Amino acid sequence: MARGASLPITIRQVTKGYGKVLALDRVDLDVRSGEFLTLLGPSGSGKTTLLMVLAGFTRPDHGSLLFGEEEVIRRPPHKRDVGMVFQNYALFPHMDVAANIAFPLKLRGTPRADVARRVEQALELVQLGGYGARRVDQLSGGQRQRVALARAIVFEPRILLMDEPLSALDKQLREHMQIELRRLHDRLGMTTVYVTHDQREALTMSDRIAVINGGRIMQVDAPRPLYERPANRFVAEFIGESTFLPVAASAGGFAHAGRVLKVAAPPAATGRCLLMLRPERLRILAAPDDALNMLTARVEDVVYQGDSVLVQAVLPDGCRIGVRAVSTAAAMATVARPGDTVTLGLAPEDTVILGEG
Amino acid sequence: MSWLSRPATETQITHGGRLWLYAVAALVMIFLVVPTLIVVPMSFSDSQYLEFPPRRWSLRWYANYAGSTEWVQATFTSLKAAFLTMLVATPLGTMAAYGLFASRLRWVRPVYVLLVTPIVVPVILVGIGVFYAYAKLKLVNTLLGIVLAHTMLAVPLVLLIVTSALKSYDMNQEMVARSLGASRPRAFFKVTLPQIRFAVATGAILSFLTSFDEVIVALFVSGGANSTLTRSMFNALRDQIDPTIAAISTIMIVVTTVLLALAQALGRQRQGS
Repeated sequence: MARGASLPITIRQVTKGYGKVLALDRVDLDVRSGEFLTLLGPSGSGKTTLLMVLAGFTRPDHGSLLFGEEEVIRRPPHKRDVGMVFQNYALFPHMDVAANIAFPLKLRGTPRADVARRVEQALELVQLGGYGARRVDQLSGGQRQRVALARAIVFEPRILLMDEPLSALDKQLREHMQIELRRLHDRLGMTTVYVTHDQREALTMSDRIAVINGGRIMQVDAPRPLYERPANRFVAEFIGESTFLPVAASAGGFAHAGRVLKVAAPPAATGRCLLMLRPERLRILAAPDDALNMLTARVEDVVYQGDSVLVQAVLPDGCRIGVRAVSTAAAMATVARPGDTVTLGLAPEDTVILGEG
Repeated sequence: MSWLSRPATETQITHGGRLWLYAVAALVMIFLVVPTLIVVPMSFSDSQYLEFPPRRWSLRWYANYAGSTEWVQATFTSLKAAFLTMLVATPLGTMAAYGLFASRLRWVRPVYVLLVTPIVVPVILVGIGVFYAYAKLKLVNTLLGIVLAHTMLAVPLVLLIVTSALKSYDMNQEMVARSLGASRPRAFFKVTLPQIRFAVATGAILSFLTSFDEVIVALFVSGGANSTLTRSMFNALRDQIDPTIAAISTIMIVVTTVLLALAQALGRQRQGS
């Protein structure tokens, strides 16, 4: 399969209510042509509802949906020409692997010789060449996932939708498939909308991530800005670990415990604000460093976690924070002990101040 | 080690300790089957009357059955009614099962219960009710009337069987099929139906038998040229005790057993697939 055409998706004011609950609340979102965009949110956030609106299985109460220039909001699923991969694969057990993948081609009246060739190409693309005659129940979870994917892309849809397709796989296979899915996307170039509740998966695979909560889009951004400059407390808490300290606006900017915080970029927020602390962005300093923002804390506990060591500490005002440090032999030799008082440093570039709320 | 002291299951219970259970089971089987099977030797009797055990053997009562226009006509009526009932009840029951399975509406439960009532209500009540309704509609003693009444009794069976098959069916498959380009009816016929086909076939066989074996409703609404076989047998038993009845019973036992065995085999296929 060659790199095919792709279409941008434009979502405008899409609203869907179930009873009194709004599953989607005036959602606006643009998915760029050929982009890998992930809808990330907790369960019940509306991310799957939004995907079902894209697929055509859920008709929103109002709003507009464009594929390219075409309005498709009233178009039934089978006329939308989108590939879709479900969480539980939903392979057809009464057909063998080849027949599963041939299904969308036969519906489109593809000549028989072409069907066989394209099925084999799709199988090779997902690294299952020669598996056509296998029965579905003879496949492992990972193989089923690949067949479901091959079936969704064999008819070269311009849009591919995936609903938590890796959640049933074990961790190692999942991480392997993340890389593989991303590679496949880069090769085929179709616009991809991917739903997950796993923030690491979203960060690993996506061009951009749309964080959804309570039926609203909280933020749409590339992985790094999303992680480093979250728009609000929800995004900051949902992606990565973080603790928040109240900060007060003062003459020179924002201050915590009487000290004005050094920041790389002036924060957009005003009024009551919070300082976001991520454990891996804090460092335990051997000596004070005036280029950094510094906090004094008393160590409560030191937890060895294999790839890193988590130091749990309490600030003078009683706030608990975590500091993540490398677990190399040298670092472990000098790691703090419970009861020690330590000075923590936070670089101005990593100092993020968010509006409260 | 004798068979009696060998363990019967994974527990410590031996076959010896289970003898009483085997005896009870055998007795139950005998009580269930013998009254049915007793007509078989009686049908091959040469006697003028129903007689057990027969003193002389013959096929004359089978010949009598085959030679009687009345019996042959009743047989055809029954077969027609059973076949038509199957044709109507199978799609209806399947549609109901599918609809209730796919629907997320609140009244799925009440509708399901309503559809199953005909097999819970005593058949005599159904018979009386249908008779009065048919008297007004001029459907008494018509083939259409019999088929409709039997369909009412058969739909719940199809519904129950197909519903239980759908319980292990993943509706996401139909959604996938639709996303891949199949319209809703096409998704049903290409993806859903092939996976519940054994249940549908079992439902069809049981629909056929429901009508073919039914006597109570038939007593009320079938008659004259449209008398079913069971109804004619009932009349014959009242008027003239004649071993032809035993011959017909034997034929019906064979037909029913074969069809039930077929339904069983389909059920096994269903679990296997």
